[in-house]
Amino acid sequence: MKFLKDNWLPILLLALALTVPLIVPNRYTFQIIIMSCLFAIGTLSLNLILGFTGQASLAHAGFFAIGAYGVALLTTKVGLSFWLALPVSALLAAGIGFLVGLPTLRTRGSYFAISTMCMGVIIEIVSGNWVSLTGGQTGVVGIPAPSPIPLPFIGTLTFQTQTSQYYLVLAFLVLTLLVMQRLVFSLKGLGFMAVRNNEVLADSVGLNTFSIKILSFVIANFFVGMAGGIYAALLGSISPSVASITITFNFLVYLLLGGMATLAGPVIGAFAIPILMEYLQALQQYSMIIFGVLLILVIIYFPRGLMGGLTSLMTWAKGSSKAKG
Amino acid sequence: MEPVLLKTENLVKQFEGLVAVADVSFEVFHEEILTIIGPNGAGKSVLFGLISGLLRPTSGRILLSGRDISGSKPHAVAKKGISRTFQTTSLFDQLRVVDNLALGHKMRTHDGLFSTLLHSPKWKKDKQETEAKVMETLQFIGLENKAFDFVSTLSQVEQKCLSVGVALAGNPKLILLDEPTGGLIQEDTEKITQLIRKIHLAGITVCLIEHKMRMVMDLADRIIVLNYGAKIAEGTPEEISRNPEVIEAYLGKEHRA
Repeated sequence: MKFLKDNWLPILLLALALTVPLIVPNRYTFQIIIMSCLFAIGTLSLNLILGFTGQASLAHAGFFAIGAYGVALLTTKVGLSFWLALPVSALLAAGIGFLVGLPTLRTRGSYFAISTMCMGVIIEIVSGNWVSLTGGQTGVVGIPAPSPIPLPFIGTLTFQTQTSQYYLVLAFLVLTLLVMQRLVFSLKGLGFMAVRNNEVLADSVGLNTFSIKILSFVIANFFVGMAGGIYAALLGSISPSVASITITFNFLVYLLLGGMATLAGPVIGAFAIPILMEYLQALQQYSMIIFGVLLILVIIYFPRGLMGGLTSLMTWAKGSSKAKG
Repeated sequence: MEPVLLKTENLVKQFEGLVAVADVSFEVFHEEILTIIGPNGAGKSVLFGLISGLLRPTSGRILLSGRDISGSKPHAVAKKGISRTFQTTSLFDQLRVVDNLALGHKMRTHDGLFSTLLHSPKWKKDKQETEAKVMETLQFIGLENKAFDFVSTLSQVEQKCLSVGVALAGNPKLILLDEPTGGLIQEDTEKITQLIRKIHLAGITVCLIEHKMRMVMDLADRIIVLNYGAKIAEGTPEEISRNPEVIEAYLGKEHRA
């Protein structure tokens, strides 16, 4: 009972999320929701390195692409099952993240942003030109959907329908949220925030700030690589555009608008923005103008994003109800 | 027990042409309060920077309990038992009071990635120990009623106390306090003086930089005087107050008489 009482909100949200396939109006919207789950995983991982650790990695799409190409090539060329290819690819993204982090995390602030952005561009160029491995600009096609899982009693779980794909990405999103929650609400998470807040002091209270940054970067790249891997298997084909800087900036916008250094913010951002963009589509050429104005307004008036805005609204409401009573 | 806790041997720090610390040798004895004084720019803070590993000595050695720690990184020096505070109060100002103290203690925990993810027994033990240490330190510095407040809402003296608390939470053998009363009014200075006495009574060695002479004379077991990077005097408060070279450095030549 205590568990239910303490966790009623996430449980309620999870219950709502489970009913999505029943209430979704059409296949097109459903596809947007599935992609939003994947982007939420990517945004949550960017949140770890940028929101909590304060290091603006702009190589995020690059690691998304490493995960995507990993799964694509391991399933089509090596013939591995998706369930083996996915962890291998995520670990590959984490490992390359470690190697990239060793030089880049020695730089600070905007220099780190610039050096990781270069890294992202390098990954995009390599994936477009290493024709024998990546298929060049045509990319990889015919990536099999996640292989069915045999389950006792129920039969086999296949991932051909949108509903089953949705539950698959939802499961990974919940897993990512659980990991992030345990990390952030612990001494380890405090260590990340200490680096973001005051690196000199963190160092002088005995924290190895460099290894803290490396760890955060590696975990972030593991999860964005995982998201990329699932993306490749669900879409069936990928091209070098998965590594493009546009995808990095999408993650960044979801994070900024949703709210940095919160757990709900990145998820809210990753769902709200793509859905909003769909509605704005009707306005055609004006849509980007409206979106741009919206972005500026949020950054000026809600610097902590939608989630930060909600929190201050709630404290304000509590304060005013107290004042009345 | 070896009576010398920290020892510097012919310590030199040069910035380009400027010699900030020139051939300074001194000792800090177990459980004493040693105060470093000197005019502005005498190299006091640079000396702390060298001991805490923030700066690399140009030459010379720093020994902690007989072991060479010169050139170690700040986090390594802290783990070996030397904590410090900064002249301009340095805190994790986006976090709460308890978080600051927990971070001060973090280096004494195991804090593995997988034990954190799995909430292993070791993680739980670390968590309990950290919570106990945070509570203890809160009481020690007298901020129990501000435990969950954000740093930015604290008064200046509370922030100074907290920064000392963060250093104490790491269970140091030696604590370096860089002008802990800088910018405080008399009443608050008194509070900090009490706190330093309390630290001393708890068996922690204190080395402090201070300008307020009355407080220094009152607190210190021994005093070291720096001027232009060099040590010009060392002794008890009594001896220092009668030393002509010190009087000259502080007041100028014409006062000597």
